[in-house]
Amino acid sequence: MGSNVTAAWKIHRQGAYFANPCFTQIHPTCIPVSGDHQSKLTLMSESLRNDGRIWVPKKKEDAVAIREGKLKPIDLAEEDRDYYLERRYPAFGNLVPRDVASRAAKERCDEGYGVNTTGEAVFLDFADAIIRYGKEKAHIKGLDENDLSLVQKLGKEIIKAKYGNLFQMYEKIVDQNPYETPMMIYPAVHYTMGGIWVDYNLMTTIPGCFAIGEANFSDHGANRLGASALMQGLADGYFVLPYTIGDYLADDIRTGPISTNLPEFEQAEQRVQAQIDAFMSNKGTKTVDYFHRKLGKIIWNKCGMSRNATGLNEAIQEVKALREEFYKDVFVPGTSDSFNEPLAKALRVADFLELGELFAKDALERAESCGGHFREESQTPEGEALRDDANFTFVSAWEYKGEPSEAKLHKEPLNYENIELKTRSYK
Amino acid sequence: MKLTLKIWRQENATAKGSMHTYSIDDVSPDMSFLEMMDVLNEQLMQQGVDPVAFDHDCREGICGACSMFINGEPHGPDRLVTTCQLHMRKFKDGDTIHIEPFRAKPFPVIKDLVVDRSAFDRIQHAGGFVSVNTSGNTQDANAIPIEKTNADKAFDAAACIGCGACVASCKNASAMLFVSAKVSQYALLPQGQVEATDRVLNMVKQMDEEGFGNCTNTGACEVECPKGISLENIARMNREYLSAKVSG
Repeated sequence: MGSNVTAAWKIHRQGAYFANPCFTQIHPTCIPVSGDHQSKLTLMSESLRNDGRIWVPKKKEDAVAIREGKLKPIDLAEEDRDYYLERRYPAFGNLVPRDVASRAAKERCDEGYGVNTTGEAVFLDFADAIIRYGKEKAHIKGLDENDLSLVQKLGKEIIKAKYGNLFQMYEKIVDQNPYETPMMIYPAVHYTMGGIWVDYNLMTTIPGCFAIGEANFSDHGANRLGASALMQGLADGYFVLPYTIGDYLADDIRTGPISTNLPEFEQAEQRVQAQIDAFMSNKGTKTVDYFHRKLGKIIWNKCGMSRNATGLNEAIQEVKALREEFYKDVFVPGTSDSFNEPLAKALRVADFLELGELFAKDALERAESCGGHFREESQTPEGEALRDDANFTFVSAWEYKGEPSEAKLHKEPLNYENIELKTRSYK
Repeated sequence: MKLTLKIWRQENATAKGSMHTYSIDDVSPDMSFLEMMDVLNEQLMQQGVDPVAFDHDCREGICGACSMFINGEPHGPDRLVTTCQLHMRKFKDGDTIHIEPFRAKPFPVIKDLVVDRSAFDRIQHAGGFVSVNTSGNTQDANAIPIEKTNADKAFDAAACIGCGACVASCKNASAMLFVSAKVSQYALLPQGQVEATDRVLNMVKQMDEEGFGNCTNTGACEVECPKGISLENIARMNREYLSAKVSG
């Protein structure tokens, strides 16, 4: 199975520091959860917020009626809708950053205004954009701008040209037509800003071991802008590494090939073989998926969009206990010398169970709100994120010491020479 | 929903495979086909039966990993979707569903529903790349004007995710739709001109060496393609091939 944790975690265990594990981006526009069987929350592109307006019902009874299927969203009058992003952030409206939009959706749903049968969804509505584009097009073509069906037809064509692939994807998954009824969205985990600590040459704390792209922590800080993962892949791989790795290798030019008959290679192989053997001979009762799903729930509920010390302390204990249960009670079918997906997954989930604990520990340590990391203890009276620059202007770089609970924190101070730290406001 | 599944089980590439019957209850219409398979595997493992191996990765229709030949069609009965985007609401309670791997000689079975599609990688390596200026004075791509229709057609061809549904649907196990999409996405753009001649010759040569069949214009591939790749690309590749042969 694909995994973007494994390689990073393996080198962390060998001495590479892990930076800012708690900085995770929650994306506001994912297709909401439909049930426990779900393996994936499909992302609807951020670009939809250019034209879509986000809202929930203004009255709780309307939200309940929509959840129960007694009321259709298109039948709810304009004055009964709460365009909460436009209301709270008039300057930026539906285009506020991802963390702000995500928390605002959670706030409305937690208060009981959410839609979908689960109550964990908000509307993303294109009706106004269809009319706006349709009127423009009618005007350009010299047609009747007051002919509603014509305007809608023209507007839908423009929306289709812009977002047709996304609308098709939505319709296949949710079985509703987003040209006719508003989409439903809810935040979901998207991107890890944290990663392996690297220097300006992209080298980790293991000499000669470089980490580039999403695996490292270098470009994003506590937040991330759209498309910057691609930017980082290009910047690291194209502009930085070709120049810095050569500089490192220059000293090794006469070293020659390194034999694989060294004790380090043997130990590494034995370590992996021992782990595989342990899984195969374990007479457990629960599948790997059971542990994977349980871990996901702990992290989402206690280290998700908003975090507090009590929840994080519980998460640390729960992940630790789950890890112990995993090694005692996991069941891996098949054999180790054939194609074996559950075995591959067991090896990945073993890493997730360690990273998950470090994640919670890092989030607990950082008692301020910052970017994608929101601590409930650190907020303004209006419920906005409150940074604590005096105490937390540093990168958390964790050194592996065996158990994640024993990981050692190194603080790399952040010194700003050309800019001053400011607090964002989207009001 | 309650379903009966008839699934191809095959231990490894050399073992003889056969269809096995399983029944599954409590399938929600909102599940994707792969999620239904996850539930089946969980059930099989509880019963001490080896889970069914199948390919999957992104589960949002963009990686090309999932395959499965469902009721005689690659990616199942729905149109313009991969198996991971196929939802159980397309089936009815009590249905019997036949699930087989993508079958073609160049796609040998690894286990159950997992086939080796590395032949596609080797075709890509033979020509699926462009030369770029790395001097540091790279020309801004936006400074090169490209006709809108060509840009759109190149984009449509580039939507190919290399899943292999075209091969699985073809009575000749032809990979022409895949290869032509990869040739077309470059043939239509100025960036692709540098290697244009070698690309089409080398990719077609590799395609033949892998053992894929020829195209007889039945068009099944176009119908089954989850990304709607057009048969027009095959015509374009043939044109490219002919002019490369003549000029080369």
